[in-house]
Amino acid sequence: MNSTSKKFAGALTALALAAGAAGPVAAQDDTFKIGVITFLSGQAAESFGVPAWNGGKVLVDMLNEGGKLPAPYDQKGFGGMNIEVVLVDEAGGATKQVQEFRNLVQREEVDAVVGYVSSGDCLAVPPVADELKAFTILYDCGTPRVFEDNTFEYVFRTAAHATMDNVSLARYLKSRDVAIESFAGLNQDYAWGQDSWADFTGAMAQLYPDAVVKTALFPKFGAGQYGTEISALLRERPTLVHSSNWGGDLQGFVIQATARGLHERSQIVLSAGDHVIPQLQQKMPEGIYLGARGVNGLAAKARGGELQELTDTLWDAYEAEFGVFPVQAPFRMWQALLGLKTAVEKAMAENGGKKPTNEELAAAMKGLSWDAPSGRIEMALADGHQAIQPNAIGTTKWNAEKGAMELIDIEYFDSRCVNPPAGVKSADWIAQGFPGAQCD
Amino acid sequence: MDLAATILVDGLIYAGWLFIVSVGLTLVFGVLNILNIAHGSLYAIGAYAAASMVGAYFAWGGDAFPYGSYVAMIVAALLVALVLGPLLERGLLRFFYGRDEVLNVLVTYAVFLILEDVMKLIWGVNPYFVYEPYTLLGDVEMGPLFYVGYDFAVIAAAIIVGLAVWLSLNRTRMGKVVLAVIHDSEMSQTMGVNVQRIYLGAFMAGAFLAALGGALTAPMISVTPGLGVNVIIVAFAVVIIGGLGSIPGAAIGALMVGISRAASVHMLPEAELFIIYFVMAIVLLFRPEGLFAKTQARKI
Repeated sequence: MNSTSKKFAGALTALALAAGAAGPVAAQDDTFKIGVITFLSGQAAESFGVPAWNGGKVLVDMLNEGGKLPAPYDQKGFGGMNIEVVLVDEAGGATKQVQEFRNLVQREEVDAVVGYVSSGDCLAVPPVADELKAFTILYDCGTPRVFEDNTFEYVFRTAAHATMDNVSLARYLKSRDVAIESFAGLNQDYAWGQDSWADFTGAMAQLYPDAVVKTALFPKFGAGQYGTEISALLRERPTLVHSSNWGGDLQGFVIQATARGLHERSQIVLSAGDHVIPQLQQKMPEGIYLGARGVNGLAAKARGGELQELTDTLWDAYEAEFGVFPVQAPFRMWQALLGLKTAVEKAMAENGGKKPTNEELAAAMKGLSWDAPSGRIEMALADGHQAIQPNAIGTTKWNAEKGAMELIDIEYFDSRCVNPPAGVKSADWIAQGFPGAQCD
Repeated sequence: MDLAATILVDGLIYAGWLFIVSVGLTLVFGVLNILNIAHGSLYAIGAYAAASMVGAYFAWGGDAFPYGSYVAMIVAALLVALVLGPLLERGLLRFFYGRDEVLNVLVTYAVFLILEDVMKLIWGVNPYFVYEPYTLLGDVEMGPLFYVGYDFAVIAAAIIVGLAVWLSLNRTRMGKVVLAVIHDSEMSQTMGVNVQRIYLGAFMAGAFLAALGGALTAPMISVTPGLGVNVIIVAFAVVIIGGLGSIPGAAIGALMVGISRAASVHMLPEAELFIIYFVMAIVLLFRPEGLFAKTQARKI
C-alpha cells in the first residue's frame, strides 16, 4: 500500500470512528495471511483434508470477492483485508508438523494458522504456538485432551470435541425409545476409536444402565477387511453396533457388513458417518443412525431457520465447484474461518481498524460466539478457548425419486445438552450423569 | 455353527487372501534374493487398476454379463505385471543384484514411496469402489451366520494360485530351470540358462500375484491411498513364519496367521494384532529361518 492510500485509509478509519461506525473500515495492511494445514495426502485426505480445504477455498474466494455471503459476513475479506492462504499438507506426523508450523510462523510470517485433523498434531502444536505467541485455530481434531489437560493462550479450537458425538448418539436412542439390551463396538485401534468407544459406553451406562456390552473390537487403523469381526458381531447378536470408523475403514466396514446382513440383525450407529454418504449412496443401508460431528452436511441442509441462507449459499457454491455436496469437514473449516473473520473484525473494531496483533486476536477470540452453517458456535469451554456447538443425529433413508441417500428423523441437540459445562472434564461429566445438561 | 467352526471358516477366508498377497513376495525373494517392499505398492496398484477396469467394464455395458467383471480384474492384474514388472526389474533392480540385501530393501522402499505418489498422480485421493463382483456370487448360510460367496471364491483363488505356482516350479521344465537358478544362479548361467530372463519372469510373476491380491481385494473395500502399507507388514510376517522363499511356507504361514487372528478376534479381541507377531516370535524362537526354509551354512 503506498503512502497516499495509507493516508486515505487512515482518514477513512478516523471518519468511521468519528461517525461511530460499528465495524472496521480499512486496515493498515491490505492482506491477512493464513496458514492452512490439513491432510492433502494420506488416508485422511479424501475424507477430511481435501473436502475441508475445498470448502475453505470456496469461502475464501467468496469473502475476497465481497458481498457474496449474507450479513454479518458480507464485508470483503477480513475487515476489508484480502485473505491470502499458504496451504500445507498435514501428512508426515507430529514432528514434521511442528517444523511446518515454525516455518509458517517464522518464515512465511502468517497472521494466523488454521489447521489439524489429527489429534496427535493437535496435541503437539499448541505448546509451540504459545512459545511463538502465534494465533492458532485447531479446526477439526476431536480429542478432548487438548484443553482438558492443558491451558494455552494463543490456541483455540472452533469445533466441539468428540464427546458430543457419542453422547448425542445415546440421547438419540433414548429419545426414540429404542430398546437396547446389549451393544457392541467396532472402532479403530487408536486414540479416536478408543476415546469414542469410552464416551459411548459411558453415555450408555447412564441412559441404558441395564444394557450389556457384548464385545468391543478394535481392528487396526487401515485394516480394510472386517470379515472376522463381522462374524463375531453376527454371532454375538448385540441389539446395537457402534462404530466411530471413518474414511476407507468405514466404507469397507459398511460394504462388508451390509453384504452379510449385519444391519438386519443389529441397529448400526455411526458417530461420524455422514462423510461416506456421497461415495456409498445406495450402498449405505437404510435405517442407520448416523452423526456428522455437528449440525453438518445433510443435517444442516435440512435444518431450515435463520442460518439457511448462509448454509445454502456455501452449499450451492461448493456443489457447483466440486460436483458433490459438502459433508462434515467443509462445515468445520467454514466455522473456523468465519470465527476467525469475526475475531479479526472484532479486534479491528477495538484497535481503530488496524490489522490485529496476535494478542489482540487472542483477546477477541476468547469467549467469542458466532453463526456458522453448522449453527451457533460458542467458545464456552477451557476459559473461552474451546468451542461448543449443536449436534444432530439422523436416520439414513434412500430417496428413490431423487436417487440420493437422505437423513430422516433428524434430532437436533442444543450445545449445552451434549457438551460438558465449563470446568468439567468430559469423562467426569459423563460418569456423573451429565450434570448441568440443558436439553429442553 | 459353533465357535471352533466359525474361527476355522474366518481363518481360512483371511488366510486365502493372505496367501495370494504373500506368495508373490516369497517367490521374488526366492529367485531374486530381494525383499521387495514395493510389493505393497504393486498390491495397491492392482486394486486401483481393477477398480478402474471393472468400472469401465460396467460403464461399457457389462451389466448384461456381470461375471465378466472377474475377467476384468484378472486382466487388470496382468496389465500391472506387464507394465511395472519389466520397468522395475530391468529398469532398476537388475543394477543391484549381488549387492547387500539391506541396500536392496532400501531401494525397494524408495520404489514403494515413489509408487505411492504415482498412484495419487494417476488416481487422485478420492476412493474407488467396485462392489458388484463382491455380491455377485450371493450368500452362503452356515448355521446362524451368513458369508458372502465371494469370500469362498477368494479361498478357491488361493488354492488355484498355490497349485499353479507349485506345479509350475516342480512339474515343468521352466520351473526346474527356475529352481536351478534359485539354488545356484552362477552355475545355471554357465550351463546356458538365461538367468536375466528368469529374474524378469519371476519378478513379473511376483508382481502379478501382488496385483491379483489387490484386484481381488478391491471389491471388498474402498480403494484409497495408503492401501499397500498395512498389507506389506502382514505379508512379511507370513513369509517370515513360513520361511523366506518357500511357497509351502507361505501357505502354512498364511494359515497360522489367519486362524490365530480369527481365534483372537472371537475370544480375545484385545490381542488381535499381538497374536500375529506372537505366532511369528514363537516360530522364530524354534526355527529362526522360518518353518520351511532350509538351514544354510554361514560363510565366514
